Order: sequence, then C-alpha cells, then structure tokens
Amino acid sequence: MGTEQLLKMENIVKTFPGVKALKGVELEINKGEVHALMGENGAGKSTLIKILTGVYHHNEGSILLDGQNVTFKTPIEAQLAGISTIYQEVSLIPYLSVTENIFVGREPKTRIGTIDWKKAHKDAAEVLNNMGISIDVKKPVNTYSTALQQMVSIARAISMKAKLVVMDEPTSSLDDKEVEVLFNVIQKLKQENVSIIFVSHRLDEIYKVCDRITILRDGSFVGTWPISELSQNQLIASMIGKSETEAAQLMKMKEAVNKSDEKIVISLKNVKQGTRVTDVSFELRKGEVLGLAGLLGSGRTETAKVIAGVSSPDGGKLTYQENEIQFQSPGHAIKSGVAMCTENRKTEGIIPNMSIRENITLANLKDFSTFGFVSKKKQDKVVNEFIKRMGIKTPNAEQKIKNLSGGNQQKVLLARWLALNPSLLILDEPTRGIDVGAKSEIHSLIDELSKEGLSILLISSEFDELIHNSDRIIVLREGRKIGELTGEKRTQDNIMKVIVENGHSSESYGGEDQYARI
Amino acid sequence: MQESNVKTTQINPHLEKKFRYPLNGEMVKSFSLPIVILILFLFNSIFTDNFLAATTMWNILLHVSTTALVAIGMTLVIATGGIDLSVGAVMAIGAVVSTFLLDYNIFVIILGTIIICALIGLFNGAIISYIGVQPIVVTLAIMIAGRGIAQVLTDGYLVSFSNPSYEWIGKGKIMEIPVPVILMFLVAITAFIIIRYMTFGRYIEAIGDNEQAAELAGINVKKIKMIVYIAAAVLAALAGMIETARMAAADATRIGELIELDAIAAVVVGGTLMTGGKPFIWGTVFGAILMGIISTTFNMNNIPYSYSLIIKAVIIVGAIYLQRANK
Amino acid sequence: MKSAASHQTNNKLFRNPVMFIQKQGAFIALILLIIFASIKYDNFLTSVNIINILKQNSMIGLVAIGMTFVILMKGIDLSVGSLLALGGVMAASLSSYGILAALLVPILITTFLGCINGWIIAKLKMEPFIVTLAMMIGVRGFIYVFTEEKTVSVAVQHKQFFIDLGNGAFIGIPNSVWIFVITLALASFILHQTKFGRNVYAIGGNEDATRLMGIRVDRMKIMVYALNGALAGFTGILLAGRLGGAAQPVAGNAWELDAIAAVVIGGTLLVGGRGGVFGTFVGVMLLGVVLNVINLQGTLDSWWQPVIRGAFLLAIVIIQAQLMKQQSVFKKKKIEHMQPR
Repeated sequence: MGTEQLLKMENIVKTFPGVKALKGVELEINKGEVHALMGENGAGKSTLIKILTGVYHHNEGSILLDGQNVTFKTPIEAQLAGISTIYQEVSLIPYLSVTENIFVGREPKTRIGTIDWKKAHKDAAEVLNNMGISIDVKKPVNTYSTALQQMVSIARAISMKAKLVVMDEPTSSLDDKEVEVLFNVIQKLKQENVSIIFVSHRLDEIYKVCDRITILRDGSFVGTWPISELSQNQLIASMIGKSETEAAQLMKMKEAVNKSDEKIVISLKNVKQGTRVTDVSFELRKGEVLGLAGLLGSGRTETAKVIAGVSSPDGGKLTYQENEIQFQSPGHAIKSGVAMCTENRKTEGIIPNMSIRENITLANLKDFSTFGFVSKKKQDKVVNEFIKRMGIKTPNAEQKIKNLSGGNQQKVLLARWLALNPSLLILDEPTRGIDVGAKSEIHSLIDELSKEGLSILLISSEFDELIHNSDRIIVLREGRKIGELTGEKRTQDNIMKVIVENGHSSESYGGEDQYARI
Repeated sequence: MQESNVKTTQINPHLEKKFRYPLNGEMVKSFSLPIVILILFLFNSIFTDNFLAATTMWNILLHVSTTALVAIGMTLVIATGGIDLSVGAVMAIGAVVSTFLLDYNIFVIILGTIIICALIGLFNGAIISYIGVQPIVVTLAIMIAGRGIAQVLTDGYLVSFSNPSYEWIGKGKIMEIPVPVILMFLVAITAFIIIRYMTFGRYIEAIGDNEQAAELAGINVKKIKMIVYIAAAVLAALAGMIETARMAAADATRIGELIELDAIAAVVVGGTLMTGGKPFIWGTVFGAILMGIISTTFNMNNIPYSYSLIIKAVIIVGAIYLQRANK
Repeated sequence: MKSAASHQTNNKLFRNPVMFIQKQGAFIALILLIIFASIKYDNFLTSVNIINILKQNSMIGLVAIGMTFVILMKGIDLSVGSLLALGGVMAASLSSYGILAALLVPILITTFLGCINGWIIAKLKMEPFIVTLAMMIGVRGFIYVFTEEKTVSVAVQHKQFFIDLGNGAFIGIPNSVWIFVITLALASFILHQTKFGRNVYAIGGNEDATRLMGIRVDRMKIMVYALNGALAGFTGILLAGRLGGAAQPVAGNAWELDAIAAVVIGGTLLVGGRGGVFGTFVGVMLLGVVLNVINLQGTLDSWWQPVIRGAFLLAIVIIQAQLMKQQSVFKKKKIEHMQPR
C-alpha cells in the first residue's frame, strides 16, 4: 500500500429537513489501501457513502478524486469516474447471465451494432479468471451462490476500471470460506492499486483485512487511525463514546451456568428436512441459551424453521414439553409457545406501514381482542411496557415501523415474540446490521430473559456473539450436529476446530437462505 | 445499504410534530373525496335542471349501489395484494342462477344464488392461495369462462320473469329509500366495522403490506385470502340479483359488463393501494358515488356517455397521483 | 431463434427437465394438439385451414408481441385495445387526405399516447395497471365521441389500398401473416441481440439494480410503452383494412386480455425478466388452434368458445404454477459452488 492519495473528502456537511446528518466529516483514502469505515447506525456512514457514490449531494465541503474536484450528480457519474459500490443485498439481475450482469449498459458491439456475445463472454470469463474464479459465464447469475454473485459484482466494478470500490457489509451473507475468497480478491485489488472502503460491523474482519480505519459518531468525524494502532476496545469505545472498560464488557464470554437439572423444553432426535437438515439431535432446557454455530449452509436456519412450524420435517422426532409434536404451521407453533425471530426483518419481519403497536401485537392479536374486536387499550398497556423495557426509541407507539432504525425495528420484532410469553424463543441473527450500542442492549435482554426462565435458541454467524450469550454451543455441519462446547471450551478457536475436523469438502457453500429462488 | 432512514423521531421530536398535520398526510386524504363530491353537487344544483329533486339523489345512489357493492368486495381483495377481474362474470352467473330458482321462495333464491357464487369465489381463492397462480390470471380466466357459462345457460337469451318478492329487492323502497341503497349502506357499514375494529381487518392489512411476515406471525394467510375472494363473489352475486330484480330480467351478456373496471376505479380513487395494505371502505363507496355523480351530471346535461369515460379516466389518474403525493 | 453464440445456456433438456417443460411446455402442448387435430379432423392439416388460423390470429398476435415487451419489463398495458381502435378510426377518418396521412398520423398519435402511458408510469411512478386502465377508458370514450358510435369507412378512393393491406396476399400467404411473422422475427432479434432488448429483460429482472448499473430506466419504459402504442395503432389500421375498409369504434375490445393470456401461456411471467416472443407466438397459436378445433368439431355452439378458452388458460397456468414449485425444489439441490483451491 502506497501513501499516494486517491480521495479526499473534506468538511462534508449534509442536512436533511430537521436533521444534520453530517457535521463536517472528512475521509482520506490512499491508493491501494483497504480503509474501514465504522460507526453506529445513525453515525452517518451510509450518508457519507451515498454522497461519495452520487446518490446524495453534499451541502458543504469538497471531494477531491485524484486531485480533481468532483461532484457526482448521479450514481452513474460516480461509476464512470471509477467509484463502484458492492451492496449488502446483491444488486444483480437474477435471470440474466453472469456476462450480462457484468456488461449491462456497456455490452461490446459488433460492427453492425448488435451485441457481440462471443467477445462479451470471453471478456467476462477473463475478468473472473484474473480474480481466481472460473465459472460458466453464460449461466444465469442466480444459479450461483451469494458469494459468487458478489464476485460478479466485483468483476463488474473491475471491468469498469474502478479505482475505488466501496463494499457495504460485504460479508454479511458469506460463510468463513467465502470470506477468505473475498479477502483474496481484495488483496488482488490492492496489488492493482485499487482502493477499498470497507464498511462493516465485524471487528475481526476489519482487523484482518484493513489498513486504516475512520470512525464516525453522531454525524461527526472522530478520527482516522492505522488499524495496528487501535485496539478493539479503543475502537468500540470511540464508536459508542463510552469508556474502554465498558467496551471490554461487550466481548466477554458468558459465565458458565449449569442448567442440566432443569426441565427439557424441546428435544430433537434425528430430525431430517429437505436437503439441508440431515440428522439433527439436541436438547434445550428451561432458561438455557443454546447457541447454534456453523457455516452458512449447515442447516441452522432450516432446523429452526422446522421447530417453528414453518416447514415440516421429513423424518425424526420432535418433542416439545414432553409431547411428541410436529407443528403444522407458524400459527400452530406460536399457539404452543414457540416463537421465531427470523433473520430478514425487512422481508419476513416488519409490516412496514403498520404502527409499532400493531406490529408488536400482531402474532397474538386474539389476546388483545374480545369476540374479534381489537381493544386498543389492552394493546397500549402491553406495548408501552415493551417500549420502555426494551428502550425502543420513538415518540409514541403509533409511529410506522418503517420509519425506525434497524436496531429499533429489531427490538419491536423481539417485543412481538416476547408478547406471546413463549416458552421457547428462536433468534436467528438477531443483531445483523445493527450497531454496537443496540447490539449490547439486545444481548442484555437475552441475558435477562434467560434468567427469567425463557429458553433461547441463538443462531449467529458471529462466534463472538455466541460465546458472549450462550450457556452451551452446538455446532452444525452439513445438517448434522458435529460437536458441543460447554464451559471454558466455548472459544472461537474451538468452534473452528470442531467445524474443520468434522466433515468434508462436499459441504455446500451456498448460503442457507441464499439459494436460487424461483 | 444499512438502514439510513433519517430518524427525525429520534433526533428532533419537536420538528416531527410540526409536520404531522395538513397540508400533507391523513387529513387531506380523508376529506378530499367528499369535498370533490360536494363541489360537483353544488355545481350541479346550480347548473343542472332538476338536480335537487329528491328523486335524483336517491337515483344516483341507486345507480351506484351495484357498483359500490362489487367495489367493496374488490377493496378487500385489492387490500390483500390481489385483484378480481371475474366479478362481472360472477354477477352474470348469479343473475342466471337466480332465475332457475324463481319457483322457490325468496330466501331460497337469495341463498341459493349466493352459495353458488360463493363457490366460484372459493375456487378463485383456492387456486390463488394453494396453487399459487397469480390473481390477475386466475380471475381473468374465470371472467372469460364464467361469462361464457352464463351465456351457455341462457343460450344468449334475455330471461324475463315476474316475481314480486324478488323484484322488490331491486325496485322496492323502505321509507322512500330504495332497497339497494339500504343494502349498500348496510354492507358498507358492516365491512367498515369489520375492517376497522376486528382482527380480520388487521390481518388483511398485514397480508397486503408484507405477506411473508404475516405468514410467519402466525396469520393464516391462505384462509384469509380465500375468505376475501369468497366475499367478493358473494357481493357480486348480491349486485347481480339487484340488477336482475330491477330489470325483472337476467341478461347474461350485458349484466356486469365492465363493472370490474368501475369497481377497481372506485377502490383506487377511494385510497386503497393497488399493491395492497389498508383497505378504505368508505373511500371506495365515495369513489363509486363520485363516478355515479359524474355519469349523472353528464346524463342530465345531455352530454354523451362517452365524454364521461374520458373524465373518469382523468379522475382515476388524478386521484392516484394525489394519493402518492400525500404518502 | 437462438444463435450459436447464444447469450445464455439455460434450457438443456437433460440438465433440468422440469425447467425445460416449463419453458417449452406450451410448445409441447401445441404440437400435441396439432397432432391430435390432424388425426381427428380431416380438414385440419390443410393449407387452407392452417393459413386461416394464422390469418385470424395474426392481429391479436401483433398486439401480443407488443404486450410481451411490456410484460417482460414487469409492466402491463391495458390500453392496447383502445389504441388499436383509435388507430383504425383515425386512419379511416383521415383517408380522404391521402394514404400517407392515413397511415402516418394515426400511428404517431397512438405512439404519442403510449409515450404518455410510459411517462406517467416512469416519472410519476404510478402503477401501470391503473394508468393504462385509465388510458383505455379515456381513449375508448374519445373514440365513441369522435365517431358518434358509428363505424367509420375509409374514403372510397383509397378503400382498395386498405383492403389489400389487410386482406391481400403475397405468394399465397396473407399479408397479415407476413407482417406477423416478420414482426415476430424482428422482435426476437431485438430482444436477444440488441442493448435495447437486453435492457428490457434487465429492468424486468431487477429494476433497482438496473438503475444502479446506469441504464436510463425511465427512458426505456417510455420507449417500450410508446412502441406498444405504435404497434397497436398499426394493427388497428390492418384490422380496418381486413374488415373491408371499415373502422369500428368497438374494435379491439378486450384484446388486451387475450394478449395477456397468450403471453402468459407462452411462458413469459408476469413478474418480468423471463420469457420471450417465441413463447407468445406459441401462446397465440395455442389459443387459435383450440378455437379452430372447436369450430371443426362443430357440435358446440359458439357460447362455449369463451368457456373453453378460459378453462384452457386456467389449466395451463395451473400446470405452470405446479411446475414452478417443482423447479424451485430442484434448483435447491443443484446450486453451483465455488471450487475451493
């Protein structure tokens, strides 16, 4: 990494009606560097990125690219100037081929003006080969896993001669092996003197791959440091504005508590479902937090969906509260006291135009109604309690949930499931895309709830989160349980060891919920 | 990208309050329709002869009652994110079926017709919910086939009859108010109460807004969708019977012709979004009334029907545009 | 219709039989139906009958081709029937000013109206269903007003030209069939070999992503709806010619629905991004052959036609839906993965 400057954003101010989102922020990127951009939600990262990539315009300040003053009025201008963005949610056209996705809008032409498919396919394959990936570029892009799709996005950026690639939470849908491949590609880009802005909440990745880091807080610039000079605690402390000791608390392993004399709430024996769940057996006791670890594709979410009544098992036995049972529908599971908070709050969780009150009471609306008539009074009572208890930031319960931040939306959804007074709560990636502050609040909540006797099944791809919150951790691979870690054994290295030592390379790398949907 | 909705609520709650009241938002939306109707009303009272005669008032409502009934059913369907193009054909089938039952007493006629049409709604709902074919395609097919069946059953002929108790449904009056108008209001009030105050209404709204999330929250989406299509068919049956009663004849070819379009227009003008979400029952009713007043205005001033079509088109576009601007 | 340097490998029979049936299902059904009809009815496979089928369905076929573009882009256009009638009526009314005027002006007008559709949909971001519905109602209304609900005849001196256009033949094959087939080939070429065509697929597949990739989505939408309008107007003129130089105000009534049915049967999904004009051709032919078979059978009176058409449409889409369900299960098993190094 050289120290030649590529980009300098200076004194960027951006105001929206009633809000100053950016209060004079600066960002400096050198050529060939991987630069982390961190900050809580609302800190202004997304706004800054959107200004850089032409989605928004800044009110004050300047942007210098390669020494030239630039202002991008549209995203295309930014792209043509060499700034490409890889989004968190794959932004490709599913049924078009890999080649087409790379070349949409810039297809190579023949002399008569039609598309030169031969050249297009050739060039596409070449770009991908240079990244170390060889796939059939003629196939529709959605036949490939999310990780590969992301590579296609990057290929497009490269073929557009990007000087700067902004990666927004690029690893949130990838498993560890896929992250490795991504990091390799990032290294290759560095060698070509391409710079990368890496936006992520995942501390371990940031430390692994980034050279420098810029932190924003509340719309203000906190500082830029070489990553080697900033400890994790200092980092978190700068982001949330708290002291280092408080920050250290967030990363600790959960105190080992033995729950083996509690009643078994649910047990699975040799449960099989579809192609992802091959043979899963485990038990969960009252008041226990059981962490479910595994790579993407290991069958964690699919197992959870069987428990929650979303899909029915093809084999095996499920025993819930001493009764053998198979939930026929989510409604059936809910009535029996089993609740699942899914990983995609946007597509599977929130009812966007309904209020907080209505979202919270939706799953057990009957409990708030008499003879089918909904009682707002009953709702308000419960809802206001939850707003208080969970620290949901809103002026009132009538706010439409779509206007809340991700962290607050997640809290509302948790409230929905807690309002059921369940015996078993499944949390699937509960803190995905949520900033450190809200994350710790949710973690404290998990702790409180388990102390009150709620059994929790926690699925997370962040080992830290599992270690910090679970009494026991079981590891799934290829749809079967391959290991269990208790007490002091709950460490990141151990989890990886279990995964690596058990099971074989035929494991699919396609994401659990990222398989091609028709 | 991560959530980046500007959180005015968090940062500056005071400013949020200031922007809560009109000129944008709920108020304009809820009052604009009645205001437009009032304006047309006034315009007509001044410029159109005979407009203010009491008979004219009831006539307009009578005229729109069938459309309004169908439109109420359509509101529910559209609120769940679907659509029902078959309502006109169901009206026709209802009309024809009712003539087969003329020998029985009035309750049998009504019940029998409703049941038959409800079965069609059930069929629609089942294919849409359980097989997963898109509503527009299924109801399109039923619309084509259904109208054909109605014509097959009557061989294309108009079926006239005389049956005083049946005819009363279309021609009768209770205290000067035509029976169809009473039915329209009864249905509207019932629908409104159910939607606004009962769990069923919340479920419909949730399904229209985010079907997957509704399903995962334990809502029986398939069941509710079926109910909604059945309701649309039942209301169409009712509308068909009213028409038939009015004319004392069942016309398989003409009855309910193009009514699905009028109904959709009324729904859309009334505020319910095509993409699904909150149903606005009274909005739909007023939308139907608006369309009715326009037709009447043109009629009474001897402007050809064709012009009213153009105006209706403009109004539909205008109404939706306003809707979106207010969102 | 696929060139050697095909842009996609998608539908090899043995790699994915379910997908193959779904894509080509209508085609198989058509072949089967033709075989059945040839065996059962002596006069089915005669050139007279086949040409007749083609001729009768070429107009709806043209409309369906335009509709294919719109649906591929995840839109819908309910106004084509009205625009068709407008084209015919305008052509007839202007025929006294000469053939050029009679041909050019109506098409310009319907193209312009299509532009308006596209503009409202793209810039004002309104639902295509509603916008084109309003256009349909409004234009029909205008036509009734303009023609006072009477058929408009083409001016005598040019009548023959129109009749020849709509009813004439070239080396034995009716003009309308030529036009249909040529338009079909052109449409397919555009969709597979030009940027414009690929953009249509892209927008239908993922509009947001396409926008981010720099495509002028709004402009594309306007162009596609304009194109649709032009095609509808042109077809209206053809139709007027076919009917002996007479343009009816009720022409094209409900044609949009038939066009949608043909497109859907042909495998182009209403959710956009997938399908093509060949499928539409099959869909049109399938519906046409079904009607033809009913006629040849002769035992059912004409009221049964819509019933059979409706039932047929329903059966096909149910089968398609079931196949889709199978397919998604099938796909889950066969995801392509990165080769570890």
